[in-house]
Amino acid sequence: MSEFHDVIIIGSGPAGLTAAIYTARASLSPLVLEGEPSSTSDQPGGQLMLTTEVENFPGFPEGIMGPELMSNFRAQAARFGANIQTVKASRVDLSARPFGVWVGSPDTPEPTHQTNAIIVATGAQALMLGLDRETELVGHGISTCATCDGFFFRDQEIAVVGGGDSALEEAQFLSRFASKVTVVHRRSELRASKIMQDRAFNNPKIEFLWDSHVTSYLGEGSLAGVTVENVHSGESSELPVTGLFIAIGHQPNTSLFADQLEMKDNGYLVTQPGGTATNVPGVFAVGDVQDEVYRQAITAAGSGCAGALEAERWLESLHDAS
Amino acid sequence: MAGAVTTLSESTFDETIASDGAPVLVDFWAEWCGPCKMIAPILEEIADEQGDKLRIAKLNVDEAGDIARRFEVMSIPTLILFKDGEPVAKVIGAKPKQALLDDIAGYL
Repeated sequence: MSEFHDVIIIGSGPAGLTAAIYTARASLSPLVLEGEPSSTSDQPGGQLMLTTEVENFPGFPEGIMGPELMSNFRAQAARFGANIQTVKASRVDLSARPFGVWVGSPDTPEPTHQTNAIIVATGAQALMLGLDRETELVGHGISTCATCDGFFFRDQEIAVVGGGDSALEEAQFLSRFASKVTVVHRRSELRASKIMQDRAFNNPKIEFLWDSHVTSYLGEGSLAGVTVENVHSGESSELPVTGLFIAIGHQPNTSLFADQLEMKDNGYLVTQPGGTATNVPGVFAVGDVQDEVYRQAITAAGSGCAGALEAERWLESLHDAS
Repeated sequence: MAGAVTTLSESTFDETIASDGAPVLVDFWAEWCGPCKMIAPILEEIADEQGDKLRIAKLNVDEAGDIARRFEVMSIPTLILFKDGEPVAKVIGAKPKQALLDDIAGYL
């Protein structure tokens, strides 16, 4: 027998938990499927769980640690009665209302939960390079989480791949431990913000390898270096690093909604301009899962609030119609 | 001491993993690691459920860096299962409870 909820929120980063705070305060008793623990940025609390200091979230003049900020978001949602469950949605059926949401086995005939409103806040996760032996070397020199692993590279030479803010933030953080950090970037200029660029250029431990990309991993058992190729000359060279941190961008977590919600070619969900409605009435998308432009904690939180208010109005309209 | 997570230090680590009896699952963690915090409550649940069959302990890598290096811990959380003082299984990264249990099931 399925359990019925007014609203179900899938995901628990800044967008999902802000939607939870607003819908809980509107007495909608939201069910939040927060996800399951992992170290790949698809986890309860979202991408901020893998970061250190957050300096640009308003209200924290001295900055706050990412995991602490998210634990505050969660506590605030829980305080107003959000029902937060540490599980992952395994299947959704958006073809008819009430919508069905499965947890655990996706093959049971009855969904675990039913609802008339869903707020999708599944976020995005870090892209990997997709090279041979990458998976087996994660945790043995290749890292998706500078905060988790930087400490283990004290006095060693390491590399960061990428040219955006997150790559430079990681390089900056890692320079506290490593003797040298080489930023490998496929272009000759950075996408990162001016302030991050200035910090990186002024950091004596950070060097740049321009117009280059990593083509293979060296070392048995644990990483001993990488092969780097110049994108113009095609020349290869070896970079002897024991740690490699990958920060080349993100992909949205939208496979759960394939063939059910309209998405762009790159997988980001399509929402109506200026709002959070998807192509299915009653399903709203908030945060990074539908935002490939800003991708900030504060914009995600803002869109989570908008999604909650739109879901609330939607439920009222259903009620008025019946 | 069934059902509790033991806190290890550099001085108690070797003695604890070498002692006779149930295997010991050691959680290498640190205060600054978000995923470590995610799995802490799971380990407490497992400690409760497994009782005398499995001992669960945690070691702060900030305070015991030498031990982390000895077992080639390069990423946290890392869980290492010790049987009669020898490491028999290693789980790297945060995982859901059932996946953790599956990874160590063959050694219990």
